[in-house]
Amino acid sequence: MSQKITMGAALTPEKIAEQLADGGAVAPASVAEYALRLGDDALILSQRLGWWIARAPEIEEDIALGNIALDLIGHARSFLTYAGSAWGKSEDDLAYFRDEPDWRCAQIFELANGDFAHTIVRQFAVSFFQFELYSRLVDSSDPVLAAIAAKAVKEVDYHRDHSAQWMLRLGQGTEESRRRVQVALTDVWPYVDELFRDDGLIDDVLIDDLDGVAVRPTTLREPFDELVGRVLGQADLEVPTGAVARGGGRDGVHTGGFGVLLAEMQVLARQYPGATW
Amino acid sequence: MSLAEGTAPGRMDRGAAGGDDAEMARFDEIMAADGRIEPTDWMPDAYRRALVRQISQHAHSEIIGMQPEGNWIGRAPSLKRKAILMAKVQDEAGHGLYLYSAAQTLGTDRDTMFEQLITGKARYSSIFNYFTPTWADMGSIGWLVDGAAICNQVPLCRASYGPYGRAMVRICKEESFHQRQGFEILLALMRGTDAQREMAQESVNRWYGPALMMFGPPDADSPNSQQSMAWNIKRFSNDELRQRFVDMLVPQAEVLGITLPDPAIAWNEERQSYDLGDLDWTEFHEVLAGRGQANAERIERRREAHEGGEWVREAARAYARKQAEAADAAEAQVA
Ligand SMILES: [Fe+2]
Ligand SMILES: [Fe+2]
Repeated sequence: MSQKITMGAALTPEKIAEQLADGGAVAPASVAEYALRLGDDALILSQRLGWWIARAPEIEEDIALGNIALDLIGHARSFLTYAGSAWGKSEDDLAYFRDEPDWRCAQIFELANGDFAHTIVRQFAVSFFQFELYSRLVDSSDPVLAAIAAKAVKEVDYHRDHSAQWMLRLGQGTEESRRRVQVALTDVWPYVDELFRDDGLIDDVLIDDLDGVAVRPTTLREPFDELVGRVLGQADLEVPTGAVARGGGRDGVHTGGFGVLLAEMQVLARQYPGATW
Repeated sequence: MSLAEGTAPGRMDRGAAGGDDAEMARFDEIMAADGRIEPTDWMPDAYRRALVRQISQHAHSEIIGMQPEGNWIGRAPSLKRKAILMAKVQDEAGHGLYLYSAAQTLGTDRDTMFEQLITGKARYSSIFNYFTPTWADMGSIGWLVDGAAICNQVPLCRASYGPYGRAMVRICKEESFHQRQGFEILLALMRGTDAQREMAQESVNRWYGPALMMFGPPDADSPNSQQSMAWNIKRFSNDELRQRFVDMLVPQAEVLGITLPDPAIAWNEERQSYDLGDLDWTEFHEVLAGRGQANAERIERRREAHEGGEWVREAARAYARKQAEAADAAEAQVA
């Protein structure tokens, strides 16, 4: 690991790539696996959100959802560039030339947009999760992960605010909006559980071998429930309980719409392999 | 751009705005001195109407203009290009918002303007009624369409109506980024494989003519522009702007290694400008008459978003109302 990578200096993927090349250092394999998960989470959600630009309920929302999508693709590019350094791959190699089983995003990130309520509920869960995650990852012993998280946490804080505001508006707005957001909660919430599962990578490799590199997902559940519960209470919405999706995104098991999402995202790059753009 | 497609400002009458001779004289004086009119100033009805039409058409163009490029956000071939494209389309939404705000200062609210757009009653720039079948179209739109928009819009930064001119200053800054980004997309393609070069050339072949038509019909066929020029809400004639644009493009096309699809382009030493061939105005009028590639699709998409989002806007309004009532009630208790 190059010591030159410091917080604030490793924010853009170009910077990360440059500095890694400079120092000749690469992400350790297990750290790369971890960075890949976070990059995939952000990229796939960005791909979903990009669809709303020019389709949102009002122009202000075209802009707001577009902003979130832009922030997320920025985070994704940094994580993927860093991850790719372990395997001699670029961010684009990873984004465009991996097949479905090689993707490591949790399933909630890939869920279909649905109506505006589904998009907001998905964003609500995800941004509160990411905030808890990144606000701890800034203390990672891996300086690149810490630097990426330091930038991301500020942006995700805004995403939290945006989605919480909408949860209140939809929950307390009209009969119709209340009905829709409650349905969306029922549909989306089963996928929340997966976000907080520890697994082999976290247990055996990152936490034990590389002390303090990653954040243990199970530790995030309590603060998440607390904050999310507060917003839902204020919005007068019920916290869904019971149904839990099997998950498996971290192991490359993805939901029905994921293949189509990839097909769209990758089609042009794969039509012209080896081309630069 | 929208203005060039022929808004008819009508006769310079005082209309319902009334206004005595002194007010009219003051307005004329401001025009003659190239000064600025602000929202609270008196202005003739026809001037107000012409402005609302021009600014709202321009706003609609920004909003509809999000679609042809939005079409490629999901498929952009690199993450960097995807991010740039998302930011660009989002900029256009912002331009639409600035312009709707400027038009609102003239007393027409955004809902009314939006209603006109989604019912197909309002005009927007015809250029956005073309399809974007290839990635290279993202380059052509930036280079040619944003490029033409800049030539049209830079003079509008000095438009006589203050809020419009100020909105244009912000917009023009961003449009010049867009043009450079479009140029860079094409440059990357031209430096790429044979297939990529072909993609770039084919795209420019399709967009060049329509982009030149963004300046509107030849001056001889554009009698309405005269009034707009007298009111300083348009500064140069359609043909003057078109000439400027081509003079700017030719050297850039050389850098790109792209051939502009007009064999008549030749340097004219005497005029110190490029001569150019005739454009296919039948095509222009076809699109203007609603028979372009995407007229129906563009409006339908906006209407779907608007109508599909009604329950969301209604929820936001209801929530705001409840918040305000709660605040009132709290205040009443204190008092
Ligand atoms: Fe624009
Ligand atoms: Fe633009």
